[in-house]
Amino acid sequence: MMELINPLLLAVILINFYTLGSARLVACIRVVAIQGALLALLPLLSHGMTFHAMLLAAEAFCFKGVVIPWLLLRAIRRVRIRREMEPIVGFVPTLILGVLTTVGAFLFADLLPLAPEHHDGMFVPTALATMFSGFLLLITRRKAITQILGYLMLENGIFIFAVLLSAAMPVMVEAGILLDLLVGVFVMGIVVNQISREFSTINTERLTALKE
Amino acid sequence: MIWLLSGIVLTSFAGVPGLFCNRESLRGERLACILTLTGAVCGLIAVALVLNSGGETYLDLPWSIPGGTLALRLDPLAAVFMLPLFLVVATGSVYGLRYWPQRENPGNGRKLRLFYGLISGAIMLVLTARNGMLFLMAWEVMALSGFFLITTEENKEEARRAGYIYLIATHTGTLALFALFAMLDHTSGSLIFPGAGTLPAAGSGLMFLLGLFGFGMKAGLMPLHIWLPGAHAAAPSHASALLSGVMIKTGIYGLVRFTSFFAEIPAWWGWTLLLLGAISGILGVALAIAQHDIKRLLAYHSVENIGIIALGFGLALLGRSYEQPALMILGLSGCLLHVVNHGLFKSLLFLSAGSVIHAVGTREIDQLGGVLKRQPWTGALFLGAAVAISGLPPFNGFISEWLIYLGALQPLKHPTSALGLAVLTAPALALIGALALACFVKVFGIVFLGEARSKAAVQAHEAPLSMLVPMALLLVACAWIGLLPTTLVPLLRGAVENWAGIDGGTMLGGSFAPLGWVSLIGWLLLALLAAVGLWLSRISRKVPRAIGTWGCGFQFSAPRMQYTASSFADFLVRLFHFGLWSERHGGKVTGLLPGVTRFSSHTPDTVLDRVLFPIFLGAAWLCRLLRACIHNGVIAFYLLYIALTVIVLLALFIL
Amino acid sequence: MIIRLILHLALLLLFAPMLNGIIIKTKALFGGRIGAPLLQSYYDLARLWRKGFVFSRTTTWVFLAGPVVGLTVPLLASLLIPFGALPAPISFEGDLILFVYLFALSRFFTVASALDTGSSFEGMGAAREVTFSCLAEPTLLFVLLVLARLSDGLSLDTLLGSHLLTAWHSDAGASLGLILVCLFLVLLVENSRIPFDDPNTHLELTMIHEVMVLDHSGPALGMILYGAALKMMVMGALLVRLAFPWQTGWWLSDALMFLAGLAGLAVLIGVVESIMARLRLPRVPQVLVGTMLLSIFALVLVLR
Repeated sequence: MMELINPLLLAVILINFYTLGSARLVACIRVVAIQGALLALLPLLSHGMTFHAMLLAAEAFCFKGVVIPWLLLRAIRRVRIRREMEPIVGFVPTLILGVLTTVGAFLFADLLPLAPEHHDGMFVPTALATMFSGFLLLITRRKAITQILGYLMLENGIFIFAVLLSAAMPVMVEAGILLDLLVGVFVMGIVVNQISREFSTINTERLTALKE
Repeated sequence: MIWLLSGIVLTSFAGVPGLFCNRESLRGERLACILTLTGAVCGLIAVALVLNSGGETYLDLPWSIPGGTLALRLDPLAAVFMLPLFLVVATGSVYGLRYWPQRENPGNGRKLRLFYGLISGAIMLVLTARNGMLFLMAWEVMALSGFFLITTEENKEEARRAGYIYLIATHTGTLALFALFAMLDHTSGSLIFPGAGTLPAAGSGLMFLLGLFGFGMKAGLMPLHIWLPGAHAAAPSHASALLSGVMIKTGIYGLVRFTSFFAEIPAWWGWTLLLLGAISGILGVALAIAQHDIKRLLAYHSVENIGIIALGFGLALLGRSYEQPALMILGLSGCLLHVVNHGLFKSLLFLSAGSVIHAVGTREIDQLGGVLKRQPWTGALFLGAAVAISGLPPFNGFISEWLIYLGALQPLKHPTSALGLAVLTAPALALIGALALACFVKVFGIVFLGEARSKAAVQAHEAPLSMLVPMALLLVACAWIGLLPTTLVPLLRGAVENWAGIDGGTMLGGSFAPLGWVSLIGWLLLALLAAVGLWLSRISRKVPRAIGTWGCGFQFSAPRMQYTASSFADFLVRLFHFGLWSERHGGKVTGLLPGVTRFSSHTPDTVLDRVLFPIFLGAAWLCRLLRACIHNGVIAFYLLYIALTVIVLLALFIL
Repeated sequence: MIIRLILHLALLLLFAPMLNGIIIKTKALFGGRIGAPLLQSYYDLARLWRKGFVFSRTTTWVFLAGPVVGLTVPLLASLLIPFGALPAPISFEGDLILFVYLFALSRFFTVASALDTGSSFEGMGAAREVTFSCLAEPTLLFVLLVLARLSDGLSLDTLLGSHLLTAWHSDAGASLGLILVCLFLVLLVENSRIPFDDPNTHLELTMIHEVMVLDHSGPALGMILYGAALKMMVMGALLVRLAFPWQTGWWLSDALMFLAGLAGLAVLIGVVESIMARLRLPRVPQVLVGTMLLSIFALVLVLR
C-alpha cells in the first residue's frame, strides 16, 4: 500500500500544474475533482482500513470529488462560459511560478523540523505545493469559478496535511474547513449568478466597483 | 624576455612611422603591417619558449614610480590570453590593408593604425604586468586607444555617441579598479601582485565586488555590457574583431588573475558568477536575435560568449570553494579554452561580416541576401565561424562548451546538497546553444542565402585575396582546436597550475574528459560528410539550375517576399518579450481588402536604453532644478554664498 | 568490436524506415482503412532513388548540405547510443553532450538549406523549427541530467545501463516516469509528429518540418526522409531503453526485444496521431515550456 502513495502524490502535483496551465474551465473542474477523489484514497493508503480513515476518505470523496465539482459544473452551465480568457498573469508565467513554488516547497520541506518518519516522504512538500498552487490560482485568475477552484485546491493541500496528522487531528477541524468551503461555494455561486445577471460577465474585477 | 619586450614595442609603435609619411602614400600602411606582423611573431616566439620550458619568464627592473619594481611576467595563464591576441592582431592588420586602405581613407587611416598598434601593445602589457601601477597604466592606454578606435569615423553621430558611452563606462570601471588595487596594496603590503593562493580570504568580499564591477565592465557581463553593442558596431571591422575578440577578454583575465591571489574562495563568488553568466548568456543571445544590424548582432554575441566564459569560471570558483578538483579543472579549462575560441571565431565573424559590408555598403541584414553567390569564399568562411560559435562539432566552440558541460555535470557525482544547483548550468548552456544556433542560422541564411533584397547586394563582389587569406587562417585555427584538441592540453594544464597550484593535466584528455574520443568523432564526422557530400555533388553536377523556387502555386515570387531576419526572429523575440521589451509599430491589417500598411520592430538595449537613460535623464532634470534654485541671478544670494563659504572655512580652521 | 558495430549499423539502417510504416498502418487501422503495406517507406525510398534532381536557380551548394548532414548525423549519433541491451559501439565520458550537439548540427544545416531556396514558406518553417527546438533542447538536457544522477557515469551507455531496472522500483521511479513523458514529447517535437507538426498535411502554412524540405527532390529528398527515419529510431532507442530496461544476455533476444520495443513505440505514436488534433501554433511553446517544467521538477525530485 505504501508504495502507491508516492505516485498518487505525484499525480496530485501534476494536476496542480495542469490546472495552472489550462484555460478550459470544464477540464479544470474535472481534474480538480479527480484530485479530490485521489486524495480520498490517501488516508486509506497511509493508515489502513481504520474507522477514522474511512470516515475521512468517504467525506473527502463525497465533497471534493462529487458535490462541489458538480455544483461548479452546474454553475458553469448556467452562466455559459467555457474558458478563462484573460487571466491577470498569463498561463505560462503562472505555470512557471507554480513549478518554482513546488520546487521551493520541496527544498523548504527538507529544512522543516519534522518528525523523522515524515522527513523522507512527499507528504509535506506536496501539501505545501498544493496550497501554494491554490493561492496562485486565486491570485492570478479573474473568473469567480476559477477562484473557487483555487479555494478547493487550497483545501486539498490542507487535507494532505490533515491526513499526515490525522491521528492527532480531530475530525472536527476537517469538518469545519469543509463546511466553510461549502458555504463559500454557495455564496460564490449566488454571487456568480448575481454578477453575471447584473454585468453580464463573471469577472471578479467588477466587484471592485462595489467599494464604498 | 627580449622577444616579449620587442613584441610589445614593435606592435605598440607600428603606426608611428606612418605619421611621418605622406597622406596618400602606401608606405605608412605597409610599414605598419610589417611591424605588427614582426611584433606578433616575436610575441609568439616568447610564448612558445615559455610553453616549451614549462615555466615562466620574468623581468624585474627598478623604476622611479612608487609601488615596487617594473615587473613583467609571462606565465601559461597569460599565454592563453596572448595566443588569440597575436593571431587576431596579425590577421587584422593584413586584412586592414585592403579593408581600410590609406588611399580611400586619408583622413583617419593613420589614426586607426596608430591606435590599432597601441592597443595591441597595451593589451600585451596588461597581460604580463605584475605591478598594480603598471597594470593600471597599461589598462588606461588600452582603454583610451579603444576609444579612438571606436571613434575612427568621428564625423558620424553614431560613432561619437558609442565612443562617449564607452569612455564613461570604462572609466567608471577603472575607478573601481583603482579602489581594488589600493585595497590589495593595503592587504599584501606592496603593489606587486602576490603569488597564487597567498592572500587570506578574510575581508576580501568588497575587493571581489570591486573587481567584478571593474573587470566585468570591461568584459561586458550582462548588466554592465552597456557600452559594448554600440562600440563594436561603430568601429571598423578589424578593429571590432580586436575589441571583441581580445580586448574584452582582459576583463576575464583580470578576474582570473585576481581570484588566484586568495587562499580560499568564498562560495558566493562562484554563485554570483554563475548567475551573472547565465543572465548574460541567455539575455545576450536573445538580444542578438532581435537585432537588425549585423555588427550589433555580433556584438551582442560577445555578451553571450562572455556569459559562457563566466559560467565556466563560476564552476571553477565553486570547485575551489567546495574542494572538488575535477569541477575546478574542467570549469577553468573550459573557460580559458572558450576565451581562445571566442577570440578566433568572433574575429573571423567580424572580418567576414566586414568583407560583406565592404562589398555591399550596408550593415542592415534585411537589405542583404544571396551574397553567397557573389562572395563564395567569404560566405564559406562565415559559415565555418557560425558553426563554430554555435558550439557545434567538429569546430572549436564545441570543445570548450563540452568541457564546461562536463564540469557542470560533476556535482551529480558528489551530491552535496549545496552544490547540486550548479548542475543547472547545463540546461542554461543548452538554451544558450540552441538560441545561438537560431541566431546564426538566421544571419547566415538571410545574408548569404536566398535572393538579393537590394540593388547593392546584387552588385557585391568577392573580397581580395589579402582579405581572404587572414580569414582562412583564423578558420584553420578554429578547425585545429576542434579536431586536435589534445594539442592544447599542455597549455591548459599550465594555466590551471598557475591559477590553483594543482596539476590538472591528468584529468584533461584522460578518462575524465576524453578529448581524444571527441576528436575521433570529429574526424569521423568530417570524413563521412565529405564522402556523402562528394558523392551527392557528383551525381547532381549535371543538373541545370533553370527554374524558380516553388512558390506554392503563386507565379510572381519576388525577392522582397522572402522571409526577412525580423520575421525569422519574430517568434523567438515574442517568447523572450519579458527580457527584451521590443517595440512594434504598425502591422495591423483591417478589413477584407486592406490598404498599404507598414510594420517595424525595434529592440533597444534593455539596460542602457530602458533603465540607465531614464535614470540619468531624471538625475539631470533634478540637477537642473537645483541649479535653477541656487544659481538664480540675485546678487544678494551670491554674496550670501561667499559669506557662508568664509564662515565655513573659518569654522574648519578653528576645528 | 567490428561485429558489434556492423550489427548496430545493420539494425539501424534496415529497420529505421519500418517505424514510419508501422505508424502509417496504425493510423490507417484507426481510420478503418487497410492502409499502405508496412514496407511502403522502403518502396518510397527506392522510387526517390531512381528519380532525378530539380534545383531552383536561387539555390547554392548549401541546399545540398542539408540532406548530407541530415543523413550523416543520425548515423554517427547512433554509434553513441545503446540499442536496448546491446551496448553502444563507441562510448566515453561526456558523449551525451556530443549526442545532443550532433543533432543540433543537423538542424543548423537543414534550416540553412531551407533558407537557401529563398521561399517565404520555407523561411516560416525554418523559423518555427529553431524556435521549438530552443524549447526542446533544455528539456532533453534535464532528462539526461536525471539519468546521469541515477547512474555513476556520464556516457550514454552507463546512463542507460541495467541499473534502470532497480531504479524504477526505488524512490526515483516517480521521476523516471516523468522524464519518460518528457522524452516522448521531445521525440514528437524533434521528429515533427502530431500534435506539434503534421507530417501529412499539404497546407504549407501549418507545417514545420515538411515545409522546410518542400523544394528537395529525387535522391536528396530520399536522403532527407531516410535521415528522418534514422533520427526517429536513434531518439526512440533512448526512450525504449528507458521504458524497457530488461536484458536477457543473449544478443539475438536482446535485439529482438529492442525491435519489439521500437515497434511498440511506433504504434503508440500512431495512436497519439489518430486520437489527437494538431495544436494551434501559439499553444506549442506553452506545451513545450510545460514539458520543460516537468523535467525540472523530475530533476528536483532526484536531487533532493
